[in-house]
Amino acid sequence: MATTATAGEPAGVRRGERPPDITAIPVRHYGTWAFAAVVIYIAVAVVVSLAKNPNMQWDVVGEYLFKPLTLRGVVVTIELTVIAMVMGGFGGVILAVMRLSKNPVLGAIASFYIWFFRGTPVLVQILIWGYLGALYPSIFMGLPFTGLLFGSWETSAVIGAFIAACLGLGLNEAAYDAELVRAGIISVSPGQSEAAYSLGMPWGMTMTRVVLPQAMRVIIPPLGNNTISMLKTTSLVSVIGGNELLTRLETVWGQTFEIIPLLVVACIWYLALTTVFSIGQYYLERHYAKGASRQARQPKRGPDKPAGLVTALETEATAIPEEHR
Amino acid sequence: MSVPMVLAENVWKSFGHNVVLRGVDLRVEAGQVVVLLGPSGGGKSTILRCINHLEKIQGGRLSVDGTLVGYHERNGKLYEMKVSEVAKQRSNIGMVFQSFNLFPHMTTLENVVVAPIHVQKKSAKEAHELGMTLLKRVGLLERKDYYPAQLSGGQQQRVAIARALCMQPKLMLFDEPTSALDPELVGEVLDVMKGLAESGMTMVVVTHEIGFAREVADLVAVLDGGVVIEAGPPSQVFNNPHDPRTAEFLSAVL
Repeated sequence: MATTATAGEPAGVRRGERPPDITAIPVRHYGTWAFAAVVIYIAVAVVVSLAKNPNMQWDVVGEYLFKPLTLRGVVVTIELTVIAMVMGGFGGVILAVMRLSKNPVLGAIASFYIWFFRGTPVLVQILIWGYLGALYPSIFMGLPFTGLLFGSWETSAVIGAFIAACLGLGLNEAAYDAELVRAGIISVSPGQSEAAYSLGMPWGMTMTRVVLPQAMRVIIPPLGNNTISMLKTTSLVSVIGGNELLTRLETVWGQTFEIIPLLVVACIWYLALTTVFSIGQYYLERHYAKGASRQARQPKRGPDKPAGLVTALETEATAIPEEHR
Repeated sequence: MSVPMVLAENVWKSFGHNVVLRGVDLRVEAGQVVVLLGPSGGGKSTILRCINHLEKIQGGRLSVDGTLVGYHERNGKLYEMKVSEVAKQRSNIGMVFQSFNLFPHMTTLENVVVAPIHVQKKSAKEAHELGMTLLKRVGLLERKDYYPAQLSGGQQQRVAIARALCMQPKLMLFDEPTSALDPELVGEVLDVMKGLAESGMTMVVVTHEIGFAREVADLVAVLDGGVVIEAGPPSQVFNNPHDPRTAEFLSAVL
């Protein structure tokens, strides 16, 4: 019987000892290799054809890539994106909280806002803000129906192309972000607010200290998506002369007809900005992930032993001999 | 006679058509430990949640330390309290939940001190000192910088108790504090609760731990069908129950 028990084991291996790691010949995926070869062949062909195509005018691309005119456009694009996303974020939180509140008036206002701004194209909204002067030639500050007037300004002087672009993009974004934030708030377990309430926290503090920080984990990935989308949506403000990247390049090709190389310049910059924003999103996600994982990160002000190890030792204390604890 | 810490008189509560409390009477004196027992659906957790106004009662009177919960009474009329007043009332009542409900984005110590600092406006130094004392008392001082996800269930529940105590409440409510725990972790939480009872804290505890009730409770109240069917000292309720439903329930859990 003893011979059958050890027949399958290589020489030198004994029961109870850790055997050496298995070294086996892996399965060869010949199909994958063949497919990869085809893909690389096609990719090289496309790149070579683009690189060799004289219409790409790579010298023009190089010339305009870092021109002050282009860089100023890039700065405006970044400004518009950041301002619109900040407006959208804050607006979105306010709208989401209004929609979730017990006050029916606030809820109705928020629902109407979201219905309107999601229901009309952002291009139309940008145009409306850009041509607001045609609707209201001047802006008054006062109480309607009372004759009280504190001041009056010409609309076109107050709302220039940049402000109009910010309003168009930011107010539209707020409507979308509202639904994101609402989803995030709903995702936090009701037990969290109950615990906060029973500690005597009022509703507002429960939101800002307990619910929203946890909702952020759910909100940030789609919000990053929206930010990247916004980066490119800013190009729409060229319809009101917004002076961002694409508008500036458009004015150039209007005179020089170097359309393709300038579009390549635009693509390169949008890709670069998207990359930078994605990196920012990674760090933001990491910040709000604190406490979310058992072993991913150490406690804040580190104790003398690694967290995961101590926890494991603690929970399995009975299985571990005294001298190892 | 002194003012009772909790006084429930003919309390009714329903969720839609489902009537959960059908006239609960309960009296908890200051310093007493009262254990609520009974089959599930009997209304134990609901009356506990009514005591700190997480649920609104629909009939009867419910007061804590002589003050109505959630209402002002003037000239025989009841006026709903403002949200801020309800919050202030709750800050005097600690609550420990079955599912711990620690704030996962805060460390252990942050969980314990967040309410004292932001609700009671204590200085960070004072709150941290008190918080560390309480963490030491529940045996978790060396875990103060850990996040809840890095703690075992029993440790989390002990932190939750420290968090409630850090508000220096005059009454502690426990809603099945050990029901979500692995059997070997129940003891450490019950030990903390026993220590708290010995220190003179007024406690209302919903639990299925008969041993704890027998050992620690001054009064055991059995709820079934939304009413208190039997209340008395543990020796009487466990050894000599008057109501046949109590005997039936006890034989099922013992």
